[in-house]
Amino acid sequence: MDFRYSEEQLALQDTLQRFVSRDYDFERRRALARSPLGFSAEAWERYAELGLLALPFPEEYGGLGGSGVDIMAVMEQVGQGLLLEPYLSTVVLCGGLIRDAASEPVKQSILPRIGAGKLQMALAAYEAAGRYDLAHVACTAVEADGGWTLSGRKAVVLDAPSADYFLVSARSAGQVTDVQGVSLFLVPHDAPGVTTFPYPTQSGGRAADLELAQVALHPEAVIGMPGRALGIIERAVDTAIAALCAEALGIVTALNQATLNYLKTRKQFGVAIGAFQALQHRMAEMVIAAEQTRSMAIIAAVHVDVDDVAKRRRAISGAKSYIGQAARFVGQQAVQLHGAMGMVDDLSVSHYFKRLTMIDMSLGDADFHLGRFSDAPGMEA
Amino acid sequence: MDLNYTPEEESFRADVRAFLAAELPAEIRDKVNLGRRLRKDDLVRWQKILHARGWGAGMWPKRFGGAGWSVVQQHIFEEEAAAAGAPPQLPFSLRMVAPVLMAFGNGAQQSHFLPRIISGEDWWCQGYSEPGSGSDLASLRTSAVRRADHYLVNGQKTWNTLGQHADWIFCLVRTSSEARPQQGISFLLIDMKAPGVSVRPIITVEGEHEINDIFFDNVKVPVENLVGEENKGWTYAKFLLGHERTNNAGIGNCKRSLKRLKKIAGAQMMNGRPLIEDSRFRERVAEVELELMALEITNLRVLSAEAGGSRAPGPEASILKIKGSEIIQQLAELQMHALGHDALPYIREALDLDWSAPPPLAEHYPEYAPPLSGQYFNQRKTTIYAGSTEVQKNIIAKLILGL
Repeated sequence: MDFRYSEEQLALQDTLQRFVSRDYDFERRRALARSPLGFSAEAWERYAELGLLALPFPEEYGGLGGSGVDIMAVMEQVGQGLLLEPYLSTVVLCGGLIRDAASEPVKQSILPRIGAGKLQMALAAYEAAGRYDLAHVACTAVEADGGWTLSGRKAVVLDAPSADYFLVSARSAGQVTDVQGVSLFLVPHDAPGVTTFPYPTQSGGRAADLELAQVALHPEAVIGMPGRALGIIERAVDTAIAALCAEALGIVTALNQATLNYLKTRKQFGVAIGAFQALQHRMAEMVIAAEQTRSMAIIAAVHVDVDDVAKRRRAISGAKSYIGQAARFVGQQAVQLHGAMGMVDDLSVSHYFKRLTMIDMSLGDADFHLGRFSDAPGMEA
Repeated sequence: MDLNYTPEEESFRADVRAFLAAELPAEIRDKVNLGRRLRKDDLVRWQKILHARGWGAGMWPKRFGGAGWSVVQQHIFEEEAAAAGAPPQLPFSLRMVAPVLMAFGNGAQQSHFLPRIISGEDWWCQGYSEPGSGSDLASLRTSAVRRADHYLVNGQKTWNTLGQHADWIFCLVRTSSEARPQQGISFLLIDMKAPGVSVRPIITVEGEHEINDIFFDNVKVPVENLVGEENKGWTYAKFLLGHERTNNAGIGNCKRSLKRLKKIAGAQMMNGRPLIEDSRFRERVAEVELELMALEITNLRVLSAEAGGSRAPGPEASILKIKGSEIIQQLAELQMHALGHDALPYIREALDLDWSAPPPLAEHYPEYAPPLSGQYFNQRKTTIYAGSTEVQKNIIAKLILGL
């Protein structure tokens, strides 16, 4: 067993940290969040140069063959820096799906372009009435005339406004919540019949609802086996959940550091407020939550590459649920211990808190994943 | 980063499992698995069996007769031993006084006491707390006055665990009142059979005799039983507490308890269905399991960092102690809750292995039921002993956070 990052992973983290402190400080980040694009195109190019955008892809597609732990190392820094770029959507979710399920020509076409920073993507897998259920797919895919026609709506598609392509789940057979009959399609943003309704997110990102009105697609637009896409989508989402766990870890670490600094510098009643035992004990609880979060993020990261689906899902849902609760505690208490300063938009604390909260609300919240964890095999003795 | 065991570790696990299957006496195993009273003989017998295999003290360095296990090997052993129903090894002997003797004792003390600990010959207990000195341990008043070749010890220790069985007690005593309270404390080894030592039982919440008051009335202790230097005992005490707290994570024990909880909740019925199928109860179990999953990794991370830096357990041990004690309490609480109104009967003899429920009690009072309420009550101790949760948070605030 080994619980440390490798030299390469540490070097990568170091590089990202230096990038953040030089080119992506809090004020710059706030300006980016308010800009029309919502993130930094220059940063995206930088990530490409650093190899981050090709990290999880095989070498024959220009990738680095990175593991779940490599992604963890990156996402921890994404959290610390509150980075806004659509890394999770493009590289982890959609890149992962293309890598795992697409045909050879599609992989050849797309993965190198993602790696080079030339292509962005977004996963459209959730629907209004489905909450966090990936099997809830009412959007239809009808095969006719040597192609497919997609119709329906997709809800809260993260990073949709800037995406060149969407990966859209649509039902080619069966009833709305059937596990079978879900297919996955590669849909150009500008395909006729695609309308996006974009909006910013609470944590400074971008998202959109999607309307698909008789969107006509070529036969090659299907990714993976028609009707059998749910498993691959779930795997990609599990990978993304592990990445979110690492992002949360980075934020929890940063929030604890900021809160500790505040306790040591803020004076009331003539002393630093960190002298008060009530606050010391709260801070100690936050440190414990951070250590437990790190352990769970490690569990999630190493299970990304586990082939046993039940084992993978149980571990990753467990981690997401645990971290959702632990991060809620740290986020709320960081605001509390900062007093009114925790409430203001001018300080990073409130932005970290919002991002942590939205991480919990994304890809299944703590309650959803606690249910998935406790319903999985393993609760019997 | 890699959470997999090496082939060598897997083969070690197989050895441990085979050993436990062959050597753990059935009577002891049944007592442990059913939560029945363990007697001194049971614990000593198991220690002797382990010693015969060369595993009497897994984590001790080989030069002191230990097995020299790695952190991961120790983890594997504890996990397997707990799963098999092995009783605990006596922490006061193996994990508390022994590391102090290794680090601060002299050659004569090491060569006399350590072999007797590992063989199960000597049973040690702890003399730390006093009636006026709980969390504020450094205020302790039991005095040791130097007289030529011995110390004269007077005072009272309390909350002493299993001292009724002990051959020896390691004590913190006051040898000076001149400087700060911490600077006048010494670490003394006292023979429980010495004239003037007396033991008075304290019956705890669950009705059992586990702890005692120990009185010292003009007890003569030879000066060669002083460990390290006079007035340096506080340093040794803190070193010892670090070891004690690290062990308090008790992952193997928690895993056994979780498994038992699932078994009980699978057997208890509610509305005609096993209780574990009730989503409210199941999610309570799941939440504790998640804490334990995280703590298992946190525990290994902290311990392997220490092994790598070859240093004594630091303030991070407080994190393990806080979480481990909370988890074992929650598991005990859920086990009791699983019983419903079968948590109410208090039948003292039901904690003996040969007891069986008379009809009509037998109809609804399963054999796993008798110890569960008592264990719940008893486990409240875990967030109090070895430095309460609140003291641990003080330690984290001061030593990790610099507050």
